[in-house]
Amino acid sequence: MTDVMTDRRPLTGQPGDPLPVSLKQARLPRWSPPVIALVSAAAGCGIGLAAGLDSRIQWGLIAALLFIVGTYALAAAVEGRRQAKDRLATSLVWIAFLLAVIPLASLLWETVARGSKVLDGYFLSHSMGTLPDAMPGGGIYHAIIGTLEQVGLATLIAAPLGLFTAIYLVEYGRGRLAKVVTFFVDVMTGIPSIVAGLFVLSVWILILGFGPSGFAGSMALAILMMPVVVRSTEEMLKLVPNELREASLALGVPKWRTILKVVLPTSIGGITTGVMLAIARIAGETAPVMLLVWGAKTINSNPFEDAQQSLPLYVFQQWQQGSEASYDRAWAAALVLIAFVMVLNLVARGIARWKAPSTGR
Amino acid sequence: MAKRIDVSGLTAYYGSHKAIDDISMSVEPRSVTAFIGPSGCGKSTFLRTLNRMHEVTPGGRVEGKVLLDDENLYGSGVDPVAVRRTVGMVFQRPNPFPTMSIFDNVAAGLRLNGTYKKSDLKDIVEKSLKGANLWNEVKDRLGKPGSGLSGGQQQRLCIARAIAVEPQVLLMDEPCSALDPISTLAVEDLIGELKERFTIVIVTHNMQQAARVSDRTAFFNLAAVGQPGKLVEIDDTERIFSNPSVQATEDYISGRFG
Ligand SMILES: Nc1ncnc2c1ncn2[C@@H]1O[C@H](COP(=O)(O)OP(=O)(O)OP(=O)(O)O)[C@@H](O)[C@H]1O
Ligand SMILES: [Mg+2]
Repeated sequence: MTDVMTDRRPLTGQPGDPLPVSLKQARLPRWSPPVIALVSAAAGCGIGLAAGLDSRIQWGLIAALLFIVGTYALAAAVEGRRQAKDRLATSLVWIAFLLAVIPLASLLWETVARGSKVLDGYFLSHSMGTLPDAMPGGGIYHAIIGTLEQVGLATLIAAPLGLFTAIYLVEYGRGRLAKVVTFFVDVMTGIPSIVAGLFVLSVWILILGFGPSGFAGSMALAILMMPVVVRSTEEMLKLVPNELREASLALGVPKWRTILKVVLPTSIGGITTGVMLAIARIAGETAPVMLLVWGAKTINSNPFEDAQQSLPLYVFQQWQQGSEASYDRAWAAALVLIAFVMVLNLVARGIARWKAPSTGR
Repeated sequence: MAKRIDVSGLTAYYGSHKAIDDISMSVEPRSVTAFIGPSGCGKSTFLRTLNRMHEVTPGGRVEGKVLLDDENLYGSGVDPVAVRRTVGMVFQRPNPFPTMSIFDNVAAGLRLNGTYKKSDLKDIVEKSLKGANLWNEVKDRLGKPGSGLSGGQQQRLCIARAIAVEPQVLLMDEPCSALDPISTLAVEDLIGELKERFTIVIVTHNMQQAARVSDRTAFFNLAAVGQPGKLVEIDDTERIFSNPSVQATEDYISGRFG
């Protein structure tokens, strides 16, 4: 390819500018943005040091400002005003991106650095048992079991309900009932997790008289999960082109079979992704678990009876203990929780890619 | 196999909007009938009332009678699903099922209805693909996704899919509008062959195509934008194109429309 073809903006200039004689234009070299970034970062540090600014955030802001101004000025001088504006927008997007990534990266870094201290096979395969809180040792086996069971049960309740609700709304829902359902799903999306916990607490434990159990927690988690599943499934079902439904109906296929055999297979990748992300979302819920599952130190693998532990609650309780050993355990459990959520995300992506309707030849 | 269609006093609505008004006509079995007329005059709407696809559209409503060999499609107790098994349809844009292979696409109607014998499936698929003039192009890649075919091949795949369920009437809504001349010719040849077995109704904007493939031609028109579409006349294709009885038809065909 020639230069002219790779240049994405050959015909340039302000409205009033004379027409360019050639399609080629002076361009900043490709390596200029990183170099400008480096220079402004160095200058930011320099100015920060010289002025005796303590806050690294101020250093960063100065560097960012220098980067924006520098890029704009250079581009304006070499390439012209329109390209300068383009570069300005690009720099702003990059800075916004960095601002978003920095907290994420540092959170991950901190958790890995602190969490890997006590994270080993023993930690993963043992419960706390009767270990005193201040002592090192112990593990999270009971919390992992609890989280898996509670989240699994919540998914068993919420995923089918959410799926059917979404199918109703997209495929059948017309008129009043559909509007009412949509409204309540919207309301449910905004329910704080502690309120969902209190609701189950008052009905299941206070009125019906059951004790704390993993299942009680699952019900609260299911309440939190369902609207998310409904919403994401709805979006996925709406993406299925109407033509496919009509093609199937015109073959004399009943509507329910059309939904089952044509609509759902076409959107199954997106639907599972949505469910997985909803699972990831509830796996870190602490408040309802605290109210309904209570937490435990020993292994209880029966989610329908007696208190259980869960990972987020374990993190919370260990942190509350306030000893060196319990801090370490809290970080390690947090790391396991993050890893769990990440694996779920990866699986979701894998399924989405694997199940995406193929267009290839 | 092929059945005759008698439509009388058919009016169709989208919500409160009347799209076609009081249409009556007959379609002979084992013939090709072409619908022509300006855009928006209700050809697609009318076509879709012939296999009860119109009511799939939200707000879609139909008044009047459609007799398929003396049985009213809109009679009480008639199952729209059964109607659509008898009256197949091919759409303007090819719409193969993206999750299915070529083979599964053709087999879809039978499989989804659950009305087939396993041993017959392969034969039916081969017969339908041959019937749609597609067999030679896809016989080595039946397991590949149907959406990997070219537009023209996809449209013939959709025709194969429609004829695999052995309907008695085949409705085609501008089946060639997305195709190149060669694929168009292939589909037209196909229509010529299919009319031995099916009753065919085809909507087209292409006068030459209507003249080439059809035995009878119906001209639809609408008085003004927003008015419902009406059937102006239906007659033998030769007559419509040489000596129509209504002036508007001649104007439209010769390009002096509007
Ligand atoms: N889904 C719909 N909802 C509401 N009105 C519709 C819908 N589909 C079609 N109409 C209206 O019905 C009338 C007839 O439309 P139709 O699609 O049958 O025209 P057509 O003759 O097939 O046109 P074309 O040649 O452009 O395909 C038009 O006025 C159109 O606006
Ligand atoms: Mg149309």
